Amino acid sequence: MIRVVVKRLLVGVLVMWGAASLIFVIVRVAPGDPATLMLGPDAPPDQVRELTATLGLDRPMPLQYLSYLGDVVQLRFGDSYLFNRPAMAEVFERMPATAELMLASTTIAVIAGLALGLLAGGRPGGLLDRVVSGGTIALQSFPTFWTGIMLILIFALALRVLPSAGTGTPAHLVLPAITLALPFTATVARLTRTSVAETMHEQYIRTARSKGLTERQVLLGHALRNSLIPVVTIIGLHMGGLMGGAVVVENVFAWPGVGTLVVESVANRDYTVVQAATFLVAGIVMAFNLAADLVYSQLDPRIRMESAA
Amino acid sequence: MTASITASAVRPAVVRRRTAARRWLSRIPYAVLAIYAAVAVAGPLLVDYNPIQTDLANRLLKPGAHLSSGGTAWLGTDGLGRDIFAQLVYGARTSVLIGVSTVVVSAVVGTAIGVTAGYFRGWLDTVLSRGIDILLAFPAILLAIVIAGSFERSVVVVVGALSATAWISFARVTRGTALSVRERAWVDAARVLGVKRRFILIRHVLPFTAGPVVALATLEFALVVLAEAGLSFLGIGLPPSAVSWGQTIANGKQYLATAWWISGLPGLALSLLIVSIGILGDQLTARFGRGQLR
Repeated sequence: MIRVVVKRLLVGVLVMWGAASLIFVIVRVAPGDPATLMLGPDAPPDQVRELTATLGLDRPMPLQYLSYLGDVVQLRFGDSYLFNRPAMAEVFERMPATAELMLASTTIAVIAGLALGLLAGGRPGGLLDRVVSGGTIALQSFPTFWTGIMLILIFALALRVLPSAGTGTPAHLVLPAITLALPFTATVARLTRTSVAETMHEQYIRTARSKGLTERQVLLGHALRNSLIPVVTIIGLHMGGLMGGAVVVENVFAWPGVGTLVVESVANRDYTVVQAATFLVAGIVMAFNLAADLVYSQLDPRIRMESAA
Repeated sequence: MTASITASAVRPAVVRRRTAARRWLSRIPYAVLAIYAAVAVAGPLLVDYNPIQTDLANRLLKPGAHLSSGGTAWLGTDGLGRDIFAQLVYGARTSVLIGVSTVVVSAVVGTAIGVTAGYFRGWLDTVLSRGIDILLAFPAILLAIVIAGSFERSVVVVVGALSATAWISFARVTRGTALSVRERAWVDAARVLGVKRRFILIRHVLPFTAGPVVALATLEFALVVLAEAGLSFLGIGLPPSAVSWGQTIANGKQYLATAWWISGLPGLALSLLIVSIGILGDQLTARFGRGQLR
């Protein structure tokens, strides 16, 4: 087990190095000189030259790359010219809001997805199954930024029961969390449905039924248990998608998280913040993928045996 | 095939009618896609629209309202008096153009990389797998935002930014196909006969990737169109002169309380397109995909 963890961690380090390098390449290849961007187009040339030297941008590329990697290890990405403070500090400050949104969405998606999947998978081919299967295709297809706006239209403008944007009270969390959760709910529901439908053919389900258990006991006690394994994995593997979704959804609802920060920084060419945020997001996604891998092998004894062998 | 025909002959009429109905239903996505393609190609020839031209006398008109010029705004107008129907038509062109270009670019690049890595294995394969691991650490839309936002706004940049992650699934699928095909007898035969490796790849391995690639291309097309609309919604990527559904949806956000149709209708058009492609993609995957995706 320890060996597996160490191996995965090494791959993780490799991935983070690659991610940092990719960010470096994108920012260097992009047109526009950071010093001119920071000082504005009217800045005198000698000032621009001075700042370029201070930022170390006049040094040879390989040297720049090495010192960049050294900084990345310490999570130092330089100061944001928009906020006048270290870029990473700004990103860290926005992180809790994004985490809150993602946690709420994941909770909604898992509970709703499991429930829908159980209802549909319990009787494959039934009316409920067809409704859920059709509905989940639709849910996965609707663009989140549009469903978000439609939810604002219905619940904030027409019914006036929830705030349309911003943060502060738990009520502010409801619409963004639901918007972000919808496509993920569909994914969890489809996965659970397939898994439950397969499980229903197993011998132990027949045994459970012949013992005289009610259908609900069979579903919750026997079918659901086995279906949880893929669901746990998909949560980890979907962190990337969820993060990407959060970037868009945060912008719909003016939610003060990393997503709004990234779009703001890209629009203002505040590259230090863009680099810091992108790197942090990549790190989080990678950590969750890693965790999903390990949890998966712990949950299912069959896989645990295989990896030990 | 013969079996299913004889089976349907003995089935009761109700069942037969139901399967006939289902067959028609399964064709709806094709019809929807044909309409979108027709609108994207021919629409701009029939409908006149200039995104820069504003008509403040006719702003925020309801769907079906009469214009002061005597015409009818069938789907209403936006905050600057521009026709929504025309924006849908021109937006369809943008979506289809970017969707098709991105899918073609990423299918070609992804298949080339995937087939080569799967056939030759070794260090090439390892480099590919690690490269994909690195790219997958970034949410696709985030990488697209960063790339598209760093360069001048243009269609080419958007296609490039979206292709940066879209090629991955093509590479993975074709790698898997190449891995299994390379062990087959005819590949061995070709190798023994001294056929050049390049020709083995092109003549004996590549053709087997066609089915899965087509199935995947439809699903990727849907993802790309969604991502493009997302980028435009965030105001990143396309120049302001381009008409995009995402942009129209974003423009309508500030008028939600008074004019729902500005954001509502383009979103409906987009959703209908994505749902249709999704259903079609599932059908194609069921036919070509899974069996060979291993």
